[in-house]
Amino acid sequence: MAKRIDVSDLNIYYGNFLAVEGVNVSIEPRSITALIGPSGCGKSTFLRSLNRMHEVIPGARVEGKVVMDGQDLYGADADPVDVRRQIGMVFQRPNPFPTMSIYDNVAAGVRLNSRKMKKADLDDLVERSLKGANLWNEVKDRLDRPGSSLSGGQQQRLCIARAIAVEPDVLLMDEPCSALDPISTLAIEDLMTELKERFTIVIVTHNMQQAARVSEQTGFFNLNGVGQPGRLIEFNPTEKIFSNPDQKATEDYISGRFG
Amino acid sequence: MSLQTSPTSTGASADDATAGRSRRRLPQWASVAAFLAAALVAVLLELLGEFNIALVVIYTVVLGTVAAYVVSRVVEGRRKATDRLVTCLVVSAFGIAVVPLVALVWTVVGRGIERLDGEFFGSSLVGIVGEGGGAYHAIMGTLIITLLTTLISVPIGLMTAIYLVEYGRGRLKRSITFLVDVMTGIPSIVAGLFAYALFALFFGPGIRLGIMGAVALSVLMIPVVVRSAEEVLKLVPNELREAAYALGVPKWRTIVKVVIPTAIAGLGTGVTLAIARVVGETAPLLITVGITNGTNLDPFDSRMASLPVYAYYQLTQPGVPPEYAIDRAWTAALLLIMLVMGLNVVARLISRFFAPKTGR
Ligand SMILES: Nc1ncnc2c1ncn2[C@@H]1O[C@H](COP(=O)(O)OP(=O)(O)OP(=O)(O)O)[C@@H](O)[C@H]1O
Ligand SMILES: [Mg+2]
Repeated sequence: MAKRIDVSDLNIYYGNFLAVEGVNVSIEPRSITALIGPSGCGKSTFLRSLNRMHEVIPGARVEGKVVMDGQDLYGADADPVDVRRQIGMVFQRPNPFPTMSIYDNVAAGVRLNSRKMKKADLDDLVERSLKGANLWNEVKDRLDRPGSSLSGGQQQRLCIARAIAVEPDVLLMDEPCSALDPISTLAIEDLMTELKERFTIVIVTHNMQQAARVSEQTGFFNLNGVGQPGRLIEFNPTEKIFSNPDQKATEDYISGRFG
Repeated sequence: MSLQTSPTSTGASADDATAGRSRRRLPQWASVAAFLAAALVAVLLELLGEFNIALVVIYTVVLGTVAAYVVSRVVEGRRKATDRLVTCLVVSAFGIAVVPLVALVWTVVGRGIERLDGEFFGSSLVGIVGEGGGAYHAIMGTLIITLLTTLISVPIGLMTAIYLVEYGRGRLKRSITFLVDVMTGIPSIVAGLFAYALFALFFGPGIRLGIMGAVALSVLMIPVVVRSAEEVLKLVPNELREAAYALGVPKWRTIVKVVIPTAIAGLGTGVTLAIARVVGETAPLLITVGITNGTNLDPFDSRMASLPVYAYYQLTQPGVPPEYAIDRAWTAALLLIMLVMGLNVVARLISRFFAPKTGR
């Protein structure tokens, strides 16, 4: 079930370094939200703070509030492991588990958490997830081959299958297509459009056309200079951002007149 | 020596490009030919006087190197000549390094093979004065003590490494790393004295137990396991850990089910090499386990025999006549070398078969 996320006054730190400052935003359920901006402005950092992956890095911490359907993700009683079960993530570089087969990779969310599940149910889940990630037809005859035996684009779709197999409410994707060819990129964009029926999707991308093609809402991050914190400059419906943005900086960035 | 003219000029080096020399190349085997010629000269020289194999080798190496350099300098130019000179030096250095190893294996095999028979594996030294007898008790002792050492060291070493890589922060991590470094350098006799002193506290002086030997060897083995496991665990990409966290897998489960399986080949190799490192230790066992003539398979009860200590006593206290005991010592030494080589082979097999399969 898709959920909405409300972020208020979020400051994100690496040790003493303030990487992202003062983010206020509402992410709508059952839609795709794209985050764009120049390199190093804190898009990945912000994305990782949404499912508490940020604090995995030594010294990293977060101030402010992230609320998902009324549940405070950084509240005293929130368990980061639990949060991550509800908010899945796909990384920039495909990272299937090298010791596991294709099947086991998709079943990893269940297996690694030692959830008991009947073999038939698990088979069913794996098939559904692989179909959901548009990979089933390509791998159904070799489910026991290692996950790393697939091509880069297939591996990335395998990672998406792995992420949706735990049935999260929200799916975060950090430049999921940056290592892929145009055909695989198209496959994953189609996939995102299908997935948004069931999930809330947030995607970071450097590809303006991609943001324009797939997303409903777009957020533009920017930073004033090296060592300065990144900020969310503008957050608006995608059409507005790409046709008539409120901020001068957004327009400059989108039209390529930048830096 | 034949000259070869290569059709194309390399023209790469300024000093080659100047003269017509740049086209002329000696064949690949020119250096070898120079050495053979040098060897011939050396043998002839020696035949004139007293024949001495060591001198022949030294003459060959020196003359061969000089000849190869001079010929190449005249024909090929300076750059190629330097290349040949350095190649000769490197190969000679390698030869010097290998000589002791080959000589050692040669001697040990030559002298040890004689008693490598069924009796050596099947019987102990009970009631043996001269001929016959074996090392069954010492072989079993070494196996038992090494097994116990492994059982103690691997869990402690692995968990320390996991702590250092996955959890450790700040000062505690730094001091543990420092202590492990210090432990790596502990002389083995000190490890033995430590175990002896520890057990003497509880059981009184003069105590000798198999388990004491295992404790002493663990002091030597733990830092080796920690070091190798740490290196291997660091090699596991962070992305895999993050992939598991992003699925809502707790940290400890990520370590047990993702990090360790990914690193298992390296961990197995490291442990095997660590075993090979301690299996031949003599000094600590000498003072903690002692020696017996009979078979004792209980590491918690009195003295045991072990291969290194067995070899030591057969050599230093051979009895009369001494030849038989000395033969047994050589065979024990041969067995130890075979054990260490076997462990190294096992380590290679482990890293071959357990490495993550890419399937490409
Ligand atoms: N592990 C880290 N430790 C310390 N600082 C970090 C770390 N990761 C990122 N930063 C810093 O945080 C800031 C934001 O980085 P981030 O990775 O979020 O940028 P990004 O917008 O995702 O850039 P890109 O488009 O290149 O991926 C940068 O100044 C970066 O140097
Ligand atoms: Mg990034």
